[in-house]
Amino acid sequence: MSDQGLSAPGTAQRRRVIDTLEIDVRLLGMLMAFAAVAVVFTIWTGGTFVGPRNVFNIAVQTVPVAIMACGMVFVIVARHIDLSVGSMLAMCSAIMAMSQTSWLPSVFGTEYGNPAVLAVTVVIGLAFGTVMGGVTGWLVGYQRIPSFIVTLGGLFVWRNVNWFTTNGQSVSLTDPNLLMFGGTEGVLGATASWVLGLIAAAIAVWAIFASRRNKQSHGFMVKPVWAEAVMAGLIVGVILFFVGWLSRYPVPAAKLKRLFEARGEAMPEGYTAMHGLPISVLILIAVGVMMTVVARKTTFGRYIFAMGGNPDAAELSGINTRALTVKIFALMGFLCALAALVAQARLQSHGNDIGMLEELRVIAAAVIGGTALAGGVGTIYGAILGALIMQSLQSGMAMVGVDTPFQNIVVGLVLIIAVWVDILYRKRLGLSK
Amino acid sequence: MIDRTKPLVEMRDISISFGGIKAVDRVSIDLYPGEVVGLLGHNGAGKSTLIKCLSGAYQKDAGQILISGQEVEINNPRDARDLNIETIYQTLALADNLDAASNLFLGREIKKRGIVDDAKMEAEARKIMGRLNPNFRKFSVPVSALSGGQRQSVAIARAVYFNAKILIMDEPTAALGPHETQMVAELIQELKAQGLGIFLIEHDIHNVMKLCDRASVMKNGQLVGTVNVKDVTDDDILGMIILGKKPAHLAA
Repeated sequence: MSDQGLSAPGTAQRRRVIDTLEIDVRLLGMLMAFAAVAVVFTIWTGGTFVGPRNVFNIAVQTVPVAIMACGMVFVIVARHIDLSVGSMLAMCSAIMAMSQTSWLPSVFGTEYGNPAVLAVTVVIGLAFGTVMGGVTGWLVGYQRIPSFIVTLGGLFVWRNVNWFTTNGQSVSLTDPNLLMFGGTEGVLGATASWVLGLIAAAIAVWAIFASRRNKQSHGFMVKPVWAEAVMAGLIVGVILFFVGWLSRYPVPAAKLKRLFEARGEAMPEGYTAMHGLPISVLILIAVGVMMTVVARKTTFGRYIFAMGGNPDAAELSGINTRALTVKIFALMGFLCALAALVAQARLQSHGNDIGMLEELRVIAAAVIGGTALAGGVGTIYGAILGALIMQSLQSGMAMVGVDTPFQNIVVGLVLIIAVWVDILYRKRLGLSK
Repeated sequence: MIDRTKPLVEMRDISISFGGIKAVDRVSIDLYPGEVVGLLGHNGAGKSTLIKCLSGAYQKDAGQILISGQEVEINNPRDARDLNIETIYQTLALADNLDAASNLFLGREIKKRGIVDDAKMEAEARKIMGRLNPNFRKFSVPVSALSGGQRQSVAIARAVYFNAKILIMDEPTAALGPHETQMVAELIQELKAQGLGIFLIEHDIHNVMKLCDRASVMKNGQLVGTVNVKDVTDDDILGMIILGKKPAHLAA
């Protein structure tokens, strides 16, 4: 960060606080944009927008795009693009829908809804996604076909292989074990959510201070303790607020009654239960944490960023950039399959148009989240936040009755404005011309 | 004690063509421990191409490479590194978006339980930079924020840290100011004294006269000749570069 000689004293003061806290300024901007969206729609909807029910819905709806956006960060950082993620999602969904409803039951001679069949289905789906991505990566890395072309072709090919796989029919999915992955049907309940939230908060605090100790052991400068404490406090606050809020969203009484009847019991008078954390959101958090660790703490992640920063330097440093490309796209494919599992469970069916145009939302989420298309720059948390901002916008607009075409227009404009603001900001800071 | 009698590197009859054009045509050069050999010639004379097949960036079409008397195959930069050959490229080959320590250890990260140990790498980077360029402070910013000389120190630190035996420097002072050029010159003397062999690709004839023990001149992909720098004048060398002929008093 270069100092700006011309900035007013007030600005300089603020800059120092931000520098001391070592907050990514871009992250701060995104958080403020997110807050602005939330405040505007909260006022507009008279409070319904931030109600536990809507927060829950936004969280659940964000998951598939956010999972894929995590993989897209790696792809774009490595100076590639993947336009086929929506079609790969559809393809994986089709494979999983067919295996659990017809292929595997006929092979094993079991009924639909057998847990073993579902387990094998998930493994097949994830493996298929990984292989699909790997093929893309091989064409890009070893055959040197531009990723734009390979994945543009993939967009058409997989979308239509998907069509043939199901003969163009929708497949209804009712297995309760599958629906657990979707959101509303798979929640932890209030108690388990609180326990998990507290554990996560404890781990976050421990991680911050462990990293501080490690830096100190090598004699480096560290932030003042108050700065660490503020950061830790913020993170713990966000975790516990999120958990607490979702734990205030009650499961409808009629549904509870149905659940008790399914077990052959009568529902006790006055019984209530809360949703708490959805399993799909836990999957997203797990993906986000793991991808962040991979990006920052493994050689695989380091090489992806090096390749994006200077492909020749990466090659001359002895990094096998071709094999790396295959791995990046294979990981992207794996995450598409995971997103497909969540998406079909949430929709409780596989339809032909599942994941349609999702590639654009995924790329937009990564870019709004600060991933530079020129490569070398990007963060996982940024991409997840980008997906969240877009979903909040759409959800908010839907709630106040904005027509669908206009919703899409706004999302498109937000993408352009986000990148524009970033360019202006970098120019002012003297990071680019 | 450094054994200066056996060659560290022998490149024999190396040829490389690109689509019918002979970029390097049966060139033989060698390098002894504790010696600096300058590679000279016009742009396009084939110096960089020749040296890139030693650093693994290109593969030779014909010829032999011997390292300490053993014939070796160098198919990629990893092979070269395994033979303790380190290269400092003209373009510096740094990933601009990563910090100095990440660049220094790129491809050879220090790991602790499978996890990249950034703190340890930064500590090591501080140690080696303290030796090479004590004024260097910018450890936590991307190298794109560094000056030409600072970037050069990172590139050199990378070569020195991993105990190179053979160092290839492609115009190491091209982007540097006078003070930084002096720093690189002193470093070359120090590395030479430690017994490294250094190939120096250089355009500036004064640097060649000052830094090199021998000079090999190339023109149009062919070797014009190799001379002992103390037996010739800078005009002799310029004559070789321009006319492609050895000076009369040295011609056999």
